[in-house]
Amino acid sequence: MAGGYYSIEQVFHIKAGDFASAGEASSQIKKTLKQLGIDSTLVRRVTIAAYEAEMNLIIHSIGGELKLKVTPQSIIVTAEDKGPGIPDIDLAMQEGYSTAPEIARELGFGAGMGLPNIKRNADRLNIQSKVGEGTLLEIYFDIKAR
Amino acid sequence: MKLKEYYHSVTLRKDKCRGCTNCIKRCPTEAIRVRDGKARIIAERCIDCGECIRVCPYHAKVAVTDPLSSIERFRYRIALPAPTLYGQFKNVDDIKVILTGLKKLGFDYVYEVARGADYVTAFVKEALKDPNRKRPIISSACPAIVRLIQVRFPELIDNIVNVDSPMEIAAQLARNEFCERYGVKSEEVGVFFITPCAAKMTSIRNPVGRKESSVDGAISIQEIYGPLYSQISNLKEEDVAQMASPFGVGWANSGGACLSLGIDSYLAVDGIQNVIRVLEEIEDEKLTDLEYFEGLACPGGCVGGPLTVENGFVAKNRIRKLSEKARGRPVSEDELREVAQKIQWRLDEKILPKPVMKLDDDIVEAMKKMETIESIYESLPGLDCGSCGSPSCRTLAEDIVRGYASEMDCVFKLREKVKQLAQEMIELSEKIPGGRKETEGQE
Ligand SMILES: Nc1ncnc2c1ncn2[C@@H]1O[C@H](COP(=O)(O)OP(=O)(O)O)[C@@H](O)[C@H]1O
Ligand code: SF4
Ligand SMILES: [Mg+2]
Repeated sequence: MAGGYYSIEQVFHIKAGDFASAGEASSQIKKTLKQLGIDSTLVRRVTIAAYEAEMNLIIHSIGGELKLKVTPQSIIVTAEDKGPGIPDIDLAMQEGYSTAPEIARELGFGAGMGLPNIKRNADRLNIQSKVGEGTLLEIYFDIKAR
Repeated sequence: MKLKEYYHSVTLRKDKCRGCTNCIKRCPTEAIRVRDGKARIIAERCIDCGECIRVCPYHAKVAVTDPLSSIERFRYRIALPAPTLYGQFKNVDDIKVILTGLKKLGFDYVYEVARGADYVTAFVKEALKDPNRKRPIISSACPAIVRLIQVRFPELIDNIVNVDSPMEIAAQLARNEFCERYGVKSEEVGVFFITPCAAKMTSIRNPVGRKESSVDGAISIQEIYGPLYSQISNLKEEDVAQMASPFGVGWANSGGACLSLGIDSYLAVDGIQNVIRVLEEIEDEKLTDLEYFEGLACPGGCVGGPLTVENGFVAKNRIRKLSEKARGRPVSEDELREVAQKIQWRLDEKILPKPVMKLDDDIVEAMKKMETIESIYESLPGLDCGSCGSPSCRTLAEDIVRGYASEMDCVFKLREKVKQLAQEMIELSEKIPGGRKETEGQE
């Protein structure tokens, strides 16, 4: 498997409450994946998940990083922030559960479908969170050999 | 096959091109570059939307269509006027006048594409009943949008409704009717579309979704306007029946197709950049609950087509008024069943993606290219000035990696290089014994 360990990474800094730039990182991720020739259905799944992760950083966190990593076999999107953390992950994963503030709701966010949507689109999902420390979301996708 | 694949109606008139940046900046598929002082269209990327025709201040971008005289190739000729044609004339308050004028120009038969639109409406209504189809169902009427989807939104290809365009449906019905009525052989009949755009011309030469077009040629509204205007002005009486319904005529305007469907949850968007924005959202599943999407490349819809004569806003209003007086009835279920037997109304051929944005077929190669693009892009000034002939700094970086351009195409890079060379020259001259003295002596 020549080049099996080859990988590229793109990092996006996401500011808390920055609704003006909302969706820019995930749309860049979409463009990158299309240029890499990734199958269009997979591009769609990754973009949807990346968008939800990006929005959660903007709405719920104090700001953080969204990262795309591509290898010939996989795509990994990571969202990492330094707080405030999720007290009950199982609860947060439930459809319709949301603590989105009024300002986000006014903009049409806060349906509580983000995390479930990420899970639905991902091949594997890893969430770690500690109140006061932050949240790490690792979203894995397999690139299937054609 | 190769030739056919790359046929485009939109072409460059090299003699008129001054190598400015207007078109490269506006092209929705980044298909134009200026190289050696002239614009070049990258054939695989062009979707014939006609944006460049609209923005070129020197009229160097043109659409190749057929001259009016080309109808003489055929013994019998049928005109298929796009409904957009109706909105081009002042003081015409009856569509019949325009239809009769066309006959006086040398056509034996006139069939309204707006009537074709009535049939398309009926077929699409059937398609909407099928819950298994991907939503939103996307209109196939604008060929520029179908091609845009192939190039930039392959994931949405399956959303395109498999019903052919009003033009193709009208062409078949017109030909059948004429041949039956007059006992004429199909080969003797030429069917000509009166077109508002380049995209339709391209879809005749190189159709997507069907093997061959039923149309023999396309004459632009601009070409036919003058001769038709004089016919209309001298008309004594009208002898062509007007068949299309108000809804069919309304297809010339953005939203017309949606209105005919009589559904609630639709979206009609015009102007290619607006359509792109909405397709992005549809692709990202941000617009759920949407049943039908009508995207038209031109501002205001086909009334804003690049080959029209009248101001699109004025034409839009005229279409609205004329459509109110249209006499045709919507297509009945019986009529639809009958017609479905007689013509090829489905898009039978698979619509294939054209992923021209992809950097390489091999993912590792594509990744390597992507990295090189990033590092070149970092070194560029990020002004997107277009002086290099590529639409943005990022596209220049891509062009360099694809082998179409060099770093020295960037004027800022070039200036840096020249500065550096000049510095080297000075340093060199200082090293030459006596060199300095000589210049001093001259002062
Ligand atoms: N990065 C994060 N930091 C803190 N809390 C988060 C984060 N991401 C999600 N959450 C919590 O999980 C809940 C559910 O998230 P999600 O499913 O995306 O719904 P929504 O964003 O609509 O509220 C959020 O309301 C929030 O309480
Ligand atoms: S909107 Fe109408 S006129 Fe414009 S490109 Fe599409 S079909 Fe042609
Ligand atoms: Mg969310």
